[in-house]
Amino acid sequence: MAMPVSGVPAETPALQLPAGHVLARVGRAVRSNHKATVGVVLLTIFILIALFPGVIAHESPTQDAYAPQLGISTAHLLGTNHYGQDLYSQLVWGTRNVMIIAIVVGLATTALAVLIGVAAAYLGGLADSSLSVLTDVLLVIPLFPLLIVIAAYAQGGTTLVLITAITLTSWSYTARQLRAQALTLRNRDFLEAARVRGERRLYIIVVEVIPTMTSLIVASFLTNALYAVLFASSLQFIGLGDPNTVSWGTTLYWAQNNAALQTGEPLWAIAPGACIAVLGAAFALLNYAFDEIGNPALRPVRKVRQKKGAGPRV
Amino acid sequence: MRYALRRLGFFVLTLWVALTLNFLLPRLMPGNPALAMMSKFHGELSPKALNALEVLFGVNTHESLLGQYFGYLHQILTGNLGTSLDEYPASVTSVIGSAIWWTLGLIGVTTVLAFILGTGLGIVSAWRRGGKLDSIVPPVFVITSAIPYFWVAMVLVLIFGITLKWFPSQGGYYVTTDTPGLNFTFFQDVLNHAFLPAISLLITTIGTWILTMRNTMITTLAEDYVRMARAKGLPNRRIMFDYAARNAILPNLTGFAMSLGFVVSGAILIEYVFNYPGVGYMLLQAVSGEDYPLMQGLFLLITVAVLFAILVADLLTALLDPRTRAAG
Repeated sequence: MAMPVSGVPAETPALQLPAGHVLARVGRAVRSNHKATVGVVLLTIFILIALFPGVIAHESPTQDAYAPQLGISTAHLLGTNHYGQDLYSQLVWGTRNVMIIAIVVGLATTALAVLIGVAAAYLGGLADSSLSVLTDVLLVIPLFPLLIVIAAYAQGGTTLVLITAITLTSWSYTARQLRAQALTLRNRDFLEAARVRGERRLYIIVVEVIPTMTSLIVASFLTNALYAVLFASSLQFIGLGDPNTVSWGTTLYWAQNNAALQTGEPLWAIAPGACIAVLGAAFALLNYAFDEIGNPALRPVRKVRQKKGAGPRV
Repeated sequence: MRYALRRLGFFVLTLWVALTLNFLLPRLMPGNPALAMMSKFHGELSPKALNALEVLFGVNTHESLLGQYFGYLHQILTGNLGTSLDEYPASVTSVIGSAIWWTLGLIGVTTVLAFILGTGLGIVSAWRRGGKLDSIVPPVFVITSAIPYFWVAMVLVLIFGITLKWFPSQGGYYVTTDTPGLNFTFFQDVLNHAFLPAISLLITTIGTWILTMRNTMITTLAEDYVRMARAKGLPNRRIMFDYAARNAILPNLTGFAMSLGFVVSGAILIEYVFNYPGVGYMLLQAVSGEDYPLMQGLFLLITVAVLFAILVADLLTALLDPRTRAAG
């Protein structure tokens, strides 16, 4: 659960262009930015695996049909575990649960964050103060311990419980960023024009404000999806998920329960963790690329070598 | 001063929210989960301990929710967090007291170390823009920011604990052969055991400091006063630290405060992988043993610790940055 990629939330410069332009620019930027390209490719692969796991893994992920603790072979690409389950197909079929959590939580959290952040910035006054205080309070309460407590009282979390709990608690970081950007838009001419035209507030927020923030909203989705993957897997890992779900975190839970590292079955514990790391990296790469797209100052300097100690060119 | 008071007010408000969450959660869940726990331990508790738990979880009471709430707040504020059920008859406070030093030592020291090292590397990385360090750091950070803390811990356990056997990978000290005390062997033993968990935490947290510092520093280096300093012919070292870094470090301080919650979260899992006897491991033990009073106490403690650290960082920022004071 590392800090979100951009450490300075409130200062992302705005890309204040009409929506179509932003999307076109994002498309171009994804192609020209290596980080973004790698991220998109990885993410596409994971989505395809989540949609059609049966195509590349024919074994059942739950059936303990094989000899336990088999090594790596062509029949069992990653061997079998203590219970005689095929590890490779557990990972392949487990992708679906993780991707569902990532996408559903990512979308729901971002929707909540947009709603609260933009409403706070646009309405101003008392509404802004109270929504901002709510956001700030939630921002500083340590989320993971809170999620542990919620899941413990819920007597273990089914996927639905995990999704609900993570969504309700983790929207604050991105809401704060969105509010900051919406604030910079507040007194712009095109909004003034809409007000003069006599448009309703809801119309202005939905049709005028939100589309101009597309790039930050996409970045929020990526941050929230990354959190969702890490939080949900961690909860499943410590046994607060449903132990019968096929998921990377659940596989980790059973591995830890059987002391897989200590009993000579390291792949059982290392492989699902590696999957989480790669999926997480895909989201983080994309997010980082978006930071660079939004803030040109951060783009890597290519072929500009300075003499030692000469300092940056200004 | 006004700023400090506002931050203090925010601290109190957040604390109140955390307390209220603690009060509401068991009561909101379908079929109060504490009820099952209480009946499990029913015959073994003293009437006084039982009463304290009933106030905490709202079991066996005919009071209104509001009445329960004030009773609960009163009990918590007088420092009575109830009795631990797994460690009965020890009180929650005393059980926590035995674990907290392990966490403070491990997490506290490592966090400060990560902050100092990371900030330093960030300064150098921004100063030598496009240099070796600068081209390695950002991509490495992207990877470390996405890796689950516990996975790094597992890999280290596998390599250095089990395969190479360089460091012990379980517990806080050799429970069977060593007794805690103020002597050199015990000290060495503790350091040995803390090494791998500390490295795991360092690897996973340092990237944030480096990157935040680097990014702010890059912006600061483009400022006119830095150009001015260069035009005056000041030595590079002086410009780097006294002109640029000094002003660029503020967001890192705020970031330090904000990310503490994440550090604590990650530390819970690292303690879990290493069976390290700190509060994080204890929290998970309490969860699996359905020791809800201990779990609630630990959640409160962790929250208060994080909030307090944030308060300190906020006040420090105000002390260092006159602009915050004016805005407050």
